Amino acid sequence: MFIDFFLALRQARLPVSLREYLTLVEAMDTGIAAYSVDHFYYLSRSCLVKDETNLDKFDLVFATVFKGLEPPEEGEAVEIPEEWLRKVAERELSEEEKALIGSLGGWDKLMETLKQRLEEQRGRHQGGAKWIGTAGTSPFGAYGYNPEGIRIGQDKNRNNRAVKVWDKREFRNLDGDVELGTRNIKVALRRLRRFAREGAADELDLPGTIGATARRGYLDLQMVPERHNAAKVLLFFDVGGSMEPHVKVCEELFSAARAEFKHLEYFYFHNCLYDRVWRDNRRRRSETMATWDVLLPARLQGDLHRRRVDEPV
Amino acid sequence: MRKRFEGTDTYVVTEDLMVAVNAAVTLERPLLVKGEPGTGKTILAHEIAKALGVPLIQWHIKSTTKAQQGLYEYDAVARLRDSQLGDARVHDIGNYIVKGRLWEGFTSDVRPVLLIDEIDKADIEFPNDLLLELDRMEFHVYETKATVTARQRPIVVITSNNEKELPDAFLRRCFFHYIRFPDRETMERIVAVHYPGIHKRLVHDALTVFFEIRDVPGMKKKPSTSELLDWLKLLLAEDIPPEVLRAGDGRKLIPPLHGALLKNEQDIHLFERLAFLHRREGS
Repeated sequence: MFIDFFLALRQARLPVSLREYLTLVEAMDTGIAAYSVDHFYYLSRSCLVKDETNLDKFDLVFATVFKGLEPPEEGEAVEIPEEWLRKVAERELSEEEKALIGSLGGWDKLMETLKQRLEEQRGRHQGGAKWIGTAGTSPFGAYGYNPEGIRIGQDKNRNNRAVKVWDKREFRNLDGDVELGTRNIKVALRRLRRFAREGAADELDLPGTIGATARRGYLDLQMVPERHNAAKVLLFFDVGGSMEPHVKVCEELFSAARAEFKHLEYFYFHNCLYDRVWRDNRRRRSETMATWDVLLPARLQGDLHRRRVDEPV
Repeated sequence: MRKRFEGTDTYVVTEDLMVAVNAAVTLERPLLVKGEPGTGKTILAHEIAKALGVPLIQWHIKSTTKAQQGLYEYDAVARLRDSQLGDARVHDIGNYIVKGRLWEGFTSDVRPVLLIDEIDKADIEFPNDLLLELDRMEFHVYETKATVTARQRPIVVITSNNEKELPDAFLRRCFFHYIRFPDRETMERIVAVHYPGIHKRLVHDALTVFFEIRDVPGMKKKPSTSELLDWLKLLLAEDIPPEVLRAGDGRKLIPPLHGALLKNEQDIHLFERLAFLHRREGS
């Protein structure tokens, strides 16, 4: 009945399975969504989508399949703030070039050229733009969009690396079995588990009890704390610049580690662990944390000697 | 035809949530509810039970909770002790089987609502351990060699705060609903349901302040619906006039009784700083 819809969802790489499809058909059979498109939409969403990060993708597919709309243009237009361009230009230009700006017709003219170049690049590498479109919803969405270093930087260096990076991303989009990679990493990470007995003693220690009872001559119960994975993981990701080609691998590592460890904290940094790290790459300029704040509590095992480094305003 | 869930007089339910609940009730599958803290995930189970007039069985999950505890526990220590004291009860192992929440739900006379609260708090393996039990609604008691089968399949509501990802196999068996943070209109309805007869202007001004606070970038913990309701209660109790809230020109530093909304020292500092900047710009 809705096979096309189901297949379209699969094609959009939503993790829907046959079982969920059958549930939907069964639900339709009972007449829950009686003759209302809205209700059908709610019902199918509730049956087929199991993660809020997929809701957006689902909405797109639903709109395409049931309203007969054209598929959305690949790559939504992303406005590049003027401020970025200015910053990039400031950093990328040498003193001589800055002097040249004057002869070229001043700052505004330069901005125009820069903008034009950016637009050209976007036109040429649609795969990349598509990647930006979906990156926002991925759990590792932090690998957002990084105009400096790649686009403009490469443009100046003329080593054409930018093309390769974008191509790689396109490949990533076609790649259907990321899960395989993640799964392998998961299995590997499992070896890092360190089982320890700590906390409240609430499990009967059978060998201990037998031993103690034999020694004392009466029943002497021995308890031990339960065995669980005591590894606490602090993960730092290097983002931007030279790390761009490794986005896929990092993404896999991240999703595997997140599923495997109970205590996992992650932060991002750029180039080297300097004084500040951040949680959300899109807000890296406004929301950062002092690296000390992260490392100190981790080293002291908890909040025992937590020291606050005052954040500058 | 079974009763349909259409919200209650104390709970505002959006249409999409209603469809999800009814689908889960009719198809006898668990309903997994996610959403920001304080958007009424746990309350939902209470309200379903109330609306359908059935008992509610709550199972609150902690980090130490094991799947087995929901089924039954065998109290071996009590039996050992009884055997030493020569108690006659010791001969029947059934005396030492303690029923868990799931068992209670399975053998209830009427079809109950079973709430599994904050399933993500438990160990990673926890949801997997419950797969078969929630699917078939039966389990085997090894000690007595009996199989417990559900008389009616309970309405299972599972809440998650997204602290951990749930396994795919588990997700496939559930209906899913993500409670979005209510928009202003829904929020007004929610407030009206909780405080009927509240001053309209007060609600309007309070909501303005509330959504402004939520929009502040870099907030460690955004205030939620339940915190808004608490705050309104305080405002009512203290009899704060709406004019106090309407300092839109940024003359006041921070809303009155902010303790109900801002729960984090850094957030209060941040907010004060922003209000200060705002005031400086304004003057």
